Amino acid sequence: MAYLTDRKRARGMGAAKTGTEHLWSMTVSSVALLILIPLFVFTVGPMIGAPYEEVAAYYARPFPAIIAGLTIVVSFLHFKGGVQVLIEDYVHGMARKVWIIAMICLSYAAIGTGLFALVRLAL
Amino acid sequence: MVQLTLPKNSRITTGKTWPKPEGAKNVRKFQIYRWNPDDGKNPCVDTYFVDLDTCGPMILDALIKIKNEIDPTLTFRRSCREGICGSCAMNIDGINTLACIYGMDEVKGDVKIYPLPHMPVVKDLIPDLTHFYAQHASIMPWLETKTNTPAKEWKQSVEDREKLDGLYECVMCACCSTSCPSYWWNGDRYLGPAALLHAYRWIIDSRDEATGERLDELEDPFKLYRCHTIMNCAKTCPKGLNPAKAIGSIKKMMVERHV
Repeated sequence: MAYLTDRKRARGMGAAKTGTEHLWSMTVSSVALLILIPLFVFTVGPMIGAPYEEVAAYYARPFPAIIAGLTIVVSFLHFKGGVQVLIEDYVHGMARKVWIIAMICLSYAAIGTGLFALVRLAL
Repeated sequence: MVQLTLPKNSRITTGKTWPKPEGAKNVRKFQIYRWNPDDGKNPCVDTYFVDLDTCGPMILDALIKIKNEIDPTLTFRRSCREGICGSCAMNIDGINTLACIYGMDEVKGDVKIYPLPHMPVVKDLIPDLTHFYAQHASIMPWLETKTNTPAKEWKQSVEDREKLDGLYECVMCACCSTSCPSYWWNGDRYLGPAALLHAYRWIIDSRDEATGERLDELEDPFKLYRCHTIMNCAKTCPKGLNPAKAIGSIKKMMVERHV
């Protein structure tokens, strides 16, 4: 039991002077996804169950390919920000940092994989 | 890591069932959380029966009756008995509220009373609010000015005064903060709805000259941004206030000075 005053405990290490940037980036990506997700659903929808050649030809066209690419990038960046907040909420100590690093790596890996698949399909 | 089960020494057991009042026809069953720091035992839930024909209509009336006539060891805070002091905040029928303004007729079935959730318990229905009060003090709940104090008074327009409505009425009962999951998991760093509502009350005060410093002190992923607009605070507030809206307004101001 440390002899800390209540006030010192409450003030902690002070304010980090950050957080608004995160809120703003999440807001921006939310608005972007509000537009991208319906476009993605409507562009990918007709291709479900279609043969490989037809899908490859479809994604060689700029509009569906750009929509798919943007959706992959923006949604995983949004996921990265959201899951960080989730981890900060529920996980404490060193595990918090480990999980955040793991999720950031996973998000970038998913973006890389998605874009690679799209490029393979489109070209 | 978040702890989803109670630690062994906090697990609640069944306590004593006190006898029914003799000759009473209109009896209500109360199940009340008990914990005594001196006996080394786990907390338990005692059962009491209250004769409603000789009792006032509010939950606090019944608690006072139990303490006076059945079990004088039952411990709880109370003072004004009219929703002004915020002392008798507790969890009644699953809702954080003030016992003095919560009617027995609002509860269906047995009346279950516990202390405010997720706070250290001092005894029975008394939570330890030390950290909660220190967090309130940390937001500087007073008028901060640089200009020399005027001879008569700090003037404020009627419109600016109206902006404080829905904020100044907070009685610091802690019902909102202790109903907030973010405060449960990160209460050591997250200021909680009550302290943030008070912070906004001073941020929005037209006479206060420390708006920027106040926002600086709140700009933190934990102090402010742990609020995820869950709205439990607004739902539970016994005074009908909306701390979530106040927190949303602070966030809007933060964005405004960034973008």
